[in-house]
Amino acid sequence: MTSPTLWAITRRSLVKDLRLEWRSKDAINSMLFFALLVVVIFSFGFDPTAEESRKIAGGLLWVAILFATVVALNQTWTRELRNQVLDAYRLSPAPPQALFLSKTIGNFLFVSILEVLMVPLFVVFYNLRSVGPVWQLLVVALLATWALVVNGTFFAALSIRTRSREIMLPLILFPISIPALLAMVDATTSILTGDNSPIFWIRLLAVYDLVFTTVSLILFEPVLNAE
Amino acid sequence: MKILFNVLAVFTLLLLGYGFCQAMYIAPTEATMGDVQRIFYYHLPSAWVAFLLFFVNFLASCWYLTRRSPGADALALASAEVGVSFCTIVLITGPIWARPIWGIWWTWDARLTSTLVLWLIYVSYLVLRHYATGGQVPVLAAALGIFGFVDVPIVYMAIRWFRTQHPQPVIGGGQGTGLDHTMWVAVLWNLAAFAMLALMFVLIRYRQALDEHALEEAHAQASLDYETEGAQ
Repeated sequence: MTSPTLWAITRRSLVKDLRLEWRSKDAINSMLFFALLVVVIFSFGFDPTAEESRKIAGGLLWVAILFATVVALNQTWTRELRNQVLDAYRLSPAPPQALFLSKTIGNFLFVSILEVLMVPLFVVFYNLRSVGPVWQLLVVALLATWALVVNGTFFAALSIRTRSREIMLPLILFPISIPALLAMVDATTSILTGDNSPIFWIRLLAVYDLVFTTVSLILFEPVLNAE
Repeated sequence: MKILFNVLAVFTLLLLGYGFCQAMYIAPTEATMGDVQRIFYYHLPSAWVAFLLFFVNFLASCWYLTRRSPGADALALASAEVGVSFCTIVLITGPIWARPIWGIWWTWDARLTSTLVLWLIYVSYLVLRHYATGGQVPVLAAALGIFGFVDVPIVYMAIRWFRTQHPQPVIGGGQGTGLDHTMWVAVLWNLAAFAMLALMFVLIRYRQALDEHALEEAHAQASLDYETEGAQ
């Protein structure tokens, strides 16, 4: 019998997570409702005209998504604590990277679904119309979402080992994510207003994704096996 | 060991005293800024020492993950703590200088912002160390230390670009280019003094962290012995 490849294990684990989520809808529901609340509260806080909203919408959208992502990320590993599933993972010969990748891809899908549902809401509530090309927004969204979830999934695995884990995750995730957040907000604003070229920010996001995906994959094993 | 440490402590105090004289009395008064500029002799050395300590933290974190030595973890903790303290000095002395010179306490200028973000990253490192429990703390902390350090160049690039796109809100030229010779002397003496001071603090915290580790080990061993005795 040949041992299954990294990708096969990743896929198996991902399918399991998606099935669990499909049946419970824990992460997606809480995330969606949370994001909706943030959008509504923001619109009370600011009362922008169409021109102004183009300038601030990038910031509002990504901050709302960042907060909502934390809600989903916090649930990533808690599920595995029940019945010592995480310990079983440690004992199994499956590569830890497969576990990490499946969790990250799972979170990526959840946050992407959230974005697909949130963006129309933003367009409606804030009266948005993009001046720059919309396909660039799609590129920014993909890179930015990966940037949030790759570090988020890793740090969720760190914070699960601490006291008061729910509050711990944003405390370690936000400082490290500042450059990514700056990049996604400025890229989005550049595209919406059409004032500047977003190319530098898109490159920065790509570099950020590449660097932190690599670091996460290397460091996940010691973190998973930390006693 | 103890004697060596005391000698080092006296030496550091002398250096600090001499550095103070240099900064306050010997270095010339700056032409446009006046005496306020003298805070620079504390600002710059603190900044350099803080950056150096964060680098030490990164090296110690890597060392810990490859070798699992308690010493590396103690060094990582000590350098992060002292680094954050010195970085705090930088962030406090900066605005004190900026207020009379620039007319404002704070501006989101590239260097200020990146220093603040750096400070945030290492504070979050200390928060993690504080909240994590048990023997896994060193591994988790080492992982975060590496993440934090890898983030620094990206932060720097992002913020530089962010700032060059927008007009500078303030003025006032900063330090100007080039320092007077006597000013350099004052800077270097204070740099030496602050580096020694940081080294002292790191040594103290390093010893403490190692002792704490030994104490925990002893506790664990004692309870283990107690259990085996009970079983017999």
